[in-house]
Amino acid sequence: MIKINELNKKYKGAEHYSVAALTLHIEEQEIFGLLGPNGAGKTTLISMLSSLIKPTSGSFSIDGLNFQEHSNELKKIIGIVPQEYALYPSLTAFENLSYFGSTYGIKGNQLKDKINEHLETLGLLNFAHKKISTFSGGMKRRINLIASILHEPKVLFLDEPTVGVDVQSKNVIIEHLKKLNATGTTMIYTSHHLNEAEDFCTRVAIIDDGKIITKGKPNALVAGHSNARNLEDVFLAITGKALRDYA
Amino acid sequence: MHKLFASTYKEFLLLTRDIGGLAILFLMPILLVITITTIQDGTFKIIKETKIPVLWVDEDQGEISKSIFEGFSNSKTLELITASSEDEAKSSVFKGDYQLAIVIPKNLSTDLAAKVDENVSGIMAKFGLEEDSATVVDKTPIAQKEIRLYFDPATQYAFKSSIKNGINQMIAKVETQSIYKAFQEQLEEDTSEDFFETESFISFKEIVPNGMQDDAIPNATQHNIPAWSLFAIFFIILPLSINMVKEKNQGTFVRLRTNPISYATVLGGKTLVFLAVALLQFGIMLLIGVFLFPIIGLPKLEISGNVSILFVVAFFAGLAAIGLGLLLGTIAKSQEQSAPFGATFVVILAALGGVWVPVFAMPSFMQSISRLSPMNWGLNAFYDVFLRNVDFPELIPEISLLFLFFIATTLIAILYNKRQNSV
Repeated sequence: MIKINELNKKYKGAEHYSVAALTLHIEEQEIFGLLGPNGAGKTTLISMLSSLIKPTSGSFSIDGLNFQEHSNELKKIIGIVPQEYALYPSLTAFENLSYFGSTYGIKGNQLKDKINEHLETLGLLNFAHKKISTFSGGMKRRINLIASILHEPKVLFLDEPTVGVDVQSKNVIIEHLKKLNATGTTMIYTSHHLNEAEDFCTRVAIIDDGKIITKGKPNALVAGHSNARNLEDVFLAITGKALRDYA
Repeated sequence: MHKLFASTYKEFLLLTRDIGGLAILFLMPILLVITITTIQDGTFKIIKETKIPVLWVDEDQGEISKSIFEGFSNSKTLELITASSEDEAKSSVFKGDYQLAIVIPKNLSTDLAAKVDENVSGIMAKFGLEEDSATVVDKTPIAQKEIRLYFDPATQYAFKSSIKNGINQMIAKVETQSIYKAFQEQLEEDTSEDFFETESFISFKEIVPNGMQDDAIPNATQHNIPAWSLFAIFFIILPLSINMVKEKNQGTFVRLRTNPISYATVLGGKTLVFLAVALLQFGIMLLIGVFLFPIIGLPKLEISGNVSILFVVAFFAGLAAIGLGLLLGTIAKSQEQSAPFGATFVVILAALGGVWVPVFAMPSFMQSISRLSPMNWGLNAFYDVFLRNVDFPELIPEISLLFLFFIATTLIAILYNKRQNSV
């Protein structure tokens, strides 16, 4: 589904590559976790794959569509759940979702039905006509997710989709994503919640300094490291315990 | 088309829920036009209907000073108050108690009469009309006389200038009359008979453009409504650019970049909503000029031209302002960049456009720069309709420039965005 070949990204003025010669193949319907410390290159990689930033070199394709030649077609088959809420605070949940759904060409009753269906599943139907500015962090996260999946994308990029939310909201979000995945959606997921990743992802890659250090099924990675009881132990064994502060 | 409609509806919702933005767009221009017109009209009324007290020191006590005193007393603008001495008058003016003191020097009347007699006798002698050499005036040098004016340093230049012109005119008239009188004395024994006609032969009359009423001389309202309507229309760039910067900060702009919607469509939605705002602003300003101004004692706005043509000008002026707002909103990265720059830029454009000082009164290089200001094109087009009573074809050059400005700024915004965010 996703083929990444020798992908590089170096920001203007930066000394090092944020993503360095990264090659990766992700199969259809996988939930692929990109794990790494701060500044490892996770968000940069997702930003390139979702057409937000331009790679310095290398190439990738999604569902056979090359990013350089089929940029517009790619946008129709992908969805991105950004780290930030990316919603209009003065509009209601329904108005936000109507607008973002319309940008994919969905309209009329079809749009209305899809919005209501997702709002109901994620427990927000009663808040459909309340302004986003009145929502809690967890509610905003759920609306943020719905805005990205109304068009039923083939590939969904999730950049820390559960950061800063309570356990209940996190649970609802993860369950909803699993249902989506069951319908055929391929997912690329980043998070610092390694327990969540271990449970949620079918395969993970640990990246550091823009490179993939290791990849595989979570349980296989844990089994492959002696003394590792979970993915977090594997992560610390590979990336070390030193702080990763950047300015 | 569906995406454009959705974007337009979203912009409409965002705008109608932004109370501060709506206040900037509608309330501020209304307050501005009422305040400025009231001040300008009040100033006009003060000059026209209220007399300004002026100190008068007469050290001459002759015919000339009497003549000047009568001239000022008959004027509708000044009220002369006699001061006891030049020092007292000077002190009062420099303390700011009075705007002006006029001091007539000693022997002005006798010296002017002597000077005129000397000149007239000289001319008569040239023509061989003097009776004998004994009548020739003794040629003792006569020193030049000066009327001294003391102005309060805070007095506006325009007031100073008009007072000086008034005194000049009065002195010229007195001098002319003295010359005529001297000739009459030389030629006639009876000076009571009017030998020369001393009234002005040449007068002037203001002619208004074809199709306008003779009494439709432009007043403060006729100038202020188009000028401040245009200022308000261009102030759109402020809320528009802030709206765009907010989208970047909220992350919604990032989401839109990943969605299959073009930047042109996003800008199209903003353009349609803010264009409606510009036309609404203009309509409100017209209604205020026509209906509210007479109620609050200001001159009524006379719309001599076609109202629909006025809205055509407002339409294109609105487009030009929106183009600039889209460009600023595309380039600015924060509200700290867009808000001060937008506000300052509108003020500069207004100054260049002739909203405060007429373009013809600017230095020549500023006049050249002014011709590049879209507000100048818009203001000229409004004046063409409001004051010059021109037909639509004559507006085509100005509205074409406004439209081209919109196209150019919007294209630059789209290209800039593409270059910044291309993948």
